[in-house]
Amino acid sequence: MNDQKEAKEIIRELMEKHYEDAIAAKKNGELIGWAASNFPQELAECLGLNIVYPENHAAAVAAKKAAPEYIAQAEADGYSNDICSYARINLGFAQLKTCAAQELPMPDYLLCCNNICSCMVKWYETLAKELKIPLFMLDIPYNTSYEVTPSRVEYIKEQFKLVISQLEVFTGKKFSEDRFKEVMEISSASGRAWRRAMDAMASTPSPMNGFEIFSYMGLVVCNKSRKETTDVLNQLADELESKIISGESSFKGEEKHRILSEGIACWPYLGHNLKTLGQYGINIVGAVYCKAFEKVYSNLDEMAVEYATVTNCVNLEKEVKMRTDIIKENNIEGMLVHYNRSCKMWDGFIYEMERRIAEETGIPIVSFDGDQSDPRIFSKAQFETRVQSLSEIMDQRKEARKGNR
Amino acid sequence: MYTLGIDIGSTSSKAVILQDGEMIVKRALVAVGTGTSGPAQLLQQLFANQEIQQSDIRKTVVTGYGRMNFKEADKQISELSCHAKGVHFLFPEARTVIDIGGQDAKALKIDSRGNLLNFAMNEKCAAGTGRFLEVMAKVLETNINDLGHLSLQAQNTINISSVCTVFAESEVISHLSKGLGTADIAAGIHRSIAQRVSSLALRVGIQSDLIMTGGVAQNIGVVKAMENVTNAKIYVSEYAQYSGAIGAALYAYGEANK
Repeated sequence: MNDQKEAKEIIRELMEKHYEDAIAAKKNGELIGWAASNFPQELAECLGLNIVYPENHAAAVAAKKAAPEYIAQAEADGYSNDICSYARINLGFAQLKTCAAQELPMPDYLLCCNNICSCMVKWYETLAKELKIPLFMLDIPYNTSYEVTPSRVEYIKEQFKLVISQLEVFTGKKFSEDRFKEVMEISSASGRAWRRAMDAMASTPSPMNGFEIFSYMGLVVCNKSRKETTDVLNQLADELESKIISGESSFKGEEKHRILSEGIACWPYLGHNLKTLGQYGINIVGAVYCKAFEKVYSNLDEMAVEYATVTNCVNLEKEVKMRTDIIKENNIEGMLVHYNRSCKMWDGFIYEMERRIAEETGIPIVSFDGDQSDPRIFSKAQFETRVQSLSEIMDQRKEARKGNR
Repeated sequence: MYTLGIDIGSTSSKAVILQDGEMIVKRALVAVGTGTSGPAQLLQQLFANQEIQQSDIRKTVVTGYGRMNFKEADKQISELSCHAKGVHFLFPEARTVIDIGGQDAKALKIDSRGNLLNFAMNEKCAAGTGRFLEVMAKVLETNINDLGHLSLQAQNTINISSVCTVFAESEVISHLSKGLGTADIAAGIHRSIAQRVSSLALRVGIQSDLIMTGGVAQNIGVVKAMENVTNAKIYVSEYAQYSGAIGAALYAYGEANK
């Protein structure tokens, strides 16, 4: 019998350790930084900083059904309910400073990057003012052109250099080129392992229940440039490849339909969503996250390009291509879109993106209203009706294809 | 052979018995929906005079918001597919359907066989649905069934800019307090619904024939406003409220023939 733990279990433990280490570091008097999820963690890792991610924390709090208290606190403090719920949970937490569902050490400084969200700048500015701590800002502008232009690469590189020098002064730690190369290598190795794991979903049936992506991505967000992350992602890819050979899958029952999941997960209702999709044999075999973390780079120029080509930072044509590539590669028959009321940027381009994807791929696209972490926005009955209808359309198309044979 | 289709909505329950998947032989409607005595009352109405016995029903399919809670059916199917099938039965040339029920609104794109190709539904908010009209009728002190004809007397349609039911209600009250006419306000309410719901139809793409179903399709004011906004002729059946139940009965017929 093989006593080795499954990758899934190790990933869960590593996430627990991520928070425990940060809490211990705070107790030991070390400085703690709160960082935006797409702030280049390689820079922080290279300087040996202790970083935690409020977005990841807010998602965990919401998944553990503890969000309402923090949302209520933020709204009582005067923040509008139109603001992103991750921001509201975090701003509420910044007041209450404790959360039994998932503790988070309070920050001594902030690392913000606006590549995935411009509104985040205001969230972090508010934290900096409320907590009276410094904010280090990395500006990566939205790309109106398909590729990141050379002048933008230069601009972003200068931003990197500025933040590095500011952090050196603030933390007293020294940036080393050699260490930076090493960190980029590890991060790229994690990116390759992530790609290998995600590529396994191209197999029909997929060896994995797609909801697991939402559990695994937390580790990549928080610790992509750590060796243990590379190792466990490689183990995950190995496990999935073995499952393809043995015909096993963590998706329970027959995989009747293969869909792309669009939008951030609806964390407070993840269990309900999983059950509803499972009821109709629908498996998620693709999400934009599949491509989001596979980035590899070996120098500052390449890193600048990669951090400027994350979703929400690229133009509509590129956003569409990110999805249509996955749809084609992974043999996807339908798409379920979460109109996540927290994310104005994402909601803003989604209608037109849907239209273009439908035109190019011909797959049915169904949407539902919800929010990533505010439980008040979602309706179970509406979700169930839409998922069932999507399943009926996909069934009917399968029947029609059979009839044409 | 008799098959039964039941559509348990949020504000009403409907049922249809079909003979041989071709002829509507019985229908029933109760003005309360899921979670109420509506479904039980429906069955009572259908079988009260014993023309058809419940034991004569070969298959039953249930649809609508309350479909998950009606355990006596052989199968439950989403209201989207059932509306598509039901509308095709009533209008074989139908390609686009706008359905406005008590709590939601949807636009369906269907093919020449009544298969659902695509659809768009309202957001979680109930603006532009039957419930919206109920609230407005109350403020206008008008029976909801008279709202449509009242609006046809409008001389100068008032603009209702709020989509939120609560804010639109305040807007209507404000217009009333300024002494504006109820017909003009009613026409404004209908135009506001038409504008909101037509965007769903535009998203799926309007192709003729365009059909309206659901309780709100009985409101001539909304239908006219929708025709103006979409610039298309709209067909409404006397069975507008029964489309989902008809579709369910057709699916039941399909099940019986399996």
